[in-house]
Amino acid sequence: MSHNENLLEVDGLRTVFDTSEGMVRAVDGVDVTVRRGECLGVVGESGSGKSVTFSSVMGLVRSPGRIESGSIRFEGRDLTRLSPREMRAIRGRDISMTMQDALTALNPALTVGEQLSEMLDAHDEDLPARGGARRRAIRDKSVEMLRLVGIPSPDSRLDQYPHEFSGGMRQRIMIAIALAPGPKLLIADEPTTALDVTIQAQVLELISEIRARLGMSVVLITHDLGVVAEHCDRVMVMYAGQVVEEGATVDVISNPQHPYTRGLLGSIPRLSLRGKPIRPIQGQVPNLVGLPPQCRFYSRCPDRTEACLQFVEMRNVGSDRRARCIALTQEEVA
Amino acid sequence: MTSTANPLLNVENLSKVYEGRQSLANRLAGVQPFSVRAVNDVSFHVERGEVLGLIGESGCGKSTLGRAVLRLHEPTAGRVRFDGEDVTALSAGALKDMRRRMQIVFQDPYASLNPRSTVADIVGLPLRLHGLARTGAEVREKVARILERVGLNAAHLDRYPHQFSGGQRQRIGIARALISHPEFIVCDEPVSALDVSIQAQIIQLLLELKDEMGLTYLFISHDISVIGYLSDRVAVMYLGEIVEMGPTDDVLARPRHPYTQSLMSAVPDVDAPGKHQRVRLAGELPSPLDPPKGCKFHTRCPLAIDACKREAPVSEQVAPGHQVACHRLAEDLSVWETGAEAGTR
Repeated sequence: MSHNENLLEVDGLRTVFDTSEGMVRAVDGVDVTVRRGECLGVVGESGSGKSVTFSSVMGLVRSPGRIESGSIRFEGRDLTRLSPREMRAIRGRDISMTMQDALTALNPALTVGEQLSEMLDAHDEDLPARGGARRRAIRDKSVEMLRLVGIPSPDSRLDQYPHEFSGGMRQRIMIAIALAPGPKLLIADEPTTALDVTIQAQVLELISEIRARLGMSVVLITHDLGVVAEHCDRVMVMYAGQVVEEGATVDVISNPQHPYTRGLLGSIPRLSLRGKPIRPIQGQVPNLVGLPPQCRFYSRCPDRTEACLQFVEMRNVGSDRRARCIALTQEEVA
Repeated sequence: MTSTANPLLNVENLSKVYEGRQSLANRLAGVQPFSVRAVNDVSFHVERGEVLGLIGESGCGKSTLGRAVLRLHEPTAGRVRFDGEDVTALSAGALKDMRRRMQIVFQDPYASLNPRSTVADIVGLPLRLHGLARTGAEVREKVARILERVGLNAAHLDRYPHQFSGGQRQRIGIARALISHPEFIVCDEPVSALDVSIQAQIIQLLLELKDEMGLTYLFISHDISVIGYLSDRVAVMYLGEIVEMGPTDDVLARPRHPYTQSLMSAVPDVDAPGKHQRVRLAGELPSPLDPPKGCKFHTRCPLAIDACKREAPVSEQVAPGHQVACHRLAEDLSVWETGAEAGTR
């Protein structure tokens, strides 16, 4: 696969947090590929490392966390080797991230317009160099951005503060700020988790629409497989700091290879399953401190054997499909 | 399921209004204080052994309704009958006794357990309040037994809530609700704060306990898949009112109210992505401080006509036990057929 097709290539990323109880390997050898124009879904439960992986990509991991090893290539440049100043230029302009909780992510003391202007002022190179012309251009662009994300009467709402907007509107504002410099990659971290289902549908459709219009790539971090099924081309399933399965969304959902993915799909209650027992995954996510180098899903896996007590690598299980389960190699060898 | 002569819970015309505080100046000037009609003239019943799912978006009044039923929030008007007895008329002492039989599991397993009490104290409190155990040893023994049943064990008795994960805390909350052997439980979004795999474990547990102990649930959730999976009947709420109610299969498979239809079409479906035609509901829930006149859904409804702006629709029966409040019911329309996008974006 040519480098040209891949916008982002993360290779062997390890992000750790030093805590009083020991080192937490929150992200432990994660590879990610984001292709140009695609929407990649990243699915996992709390503590799976999905947010930390992409905070690492954004260069937002702070002490006591640190990137221990691995490379993060964006258009061929390794972001882990950039100076903070070089990284600042990329963050926002080329890669943007929206946070789950729009209320805490937005600055309550600045108007929405001020926060949009800040982003445009820092990153938009098409603006007039200085003076009133620049200010007017920023204002116009800000109004245009709010209109793009579907906020009614954007001109007057620009001067309002975040608390004057509803949850759905705040999420739209954050998307507007993230999109303002025209990034090539938008990382949306649980953009709809805090929202009602009718508002969720609006926000997700908005992201899909804008992606199609601007031709950017989107990483959609979520715990909801339904959202992935509706909006993502490919999906990556994470568990306890590792990727356990990835592939085209249709393939992964219709034919899951890893027991965790199967368990996750089996855990979703559905109208059609009424009266039949659902099959929850037993137990809970292991403590990430001092994990032995075995399959991380071992303690909860219905199909575990002694063979699982060793380090398990990702393996190819079909065209563009990978999964991390020892049972799959045995099948291939046979 | 149609109404029998003696449902376990019968709610008639229940309303809950929160009054705003009024300044002296406004009172002298005769300005009306603001008020929020969180629950407006709601009637329903729950049969013994049944799960009634109550679904709606945030702010629709579903949690207020659940609490008003238990008189955790005092209803403003209407009547709640539990096993034939008028709960709304009970004295404080009689209400306390009644609460042994009616319990609640809360949404937030972090906020609903006292961080300074041990599990034995938290789960054992109902036993002490209702005089169901004579000695401390008996309390501990009974608590240990119920902990076992919800998937914890006696080793957890002297631990504090912060030592547990979200799923385990929800199990503690369930143990607390069950220890007095109630007949009826209001489950107020008990799985919303949990991860998918843990959510499935808790749903499974609640269903098992219901069969074992012969429980009746009023199950409140915003998640249609959860409600669809475990409810016998469903009630859909919008801005304080029930707009559609009936057997789960009828309501969710053949929703008749345009709001239920829109809600169903907004749920992403893991089995059949893109199967549904989308109805994009314009705008958001109107402010309950100033709800629309007429049908409260008309500001977002793709099917709204002039009559909807003037007059609130009356609930009508469309099939046995299935009732819908919509002016355009007789025309048998659906929001999908119109192809219209509601209002302006």
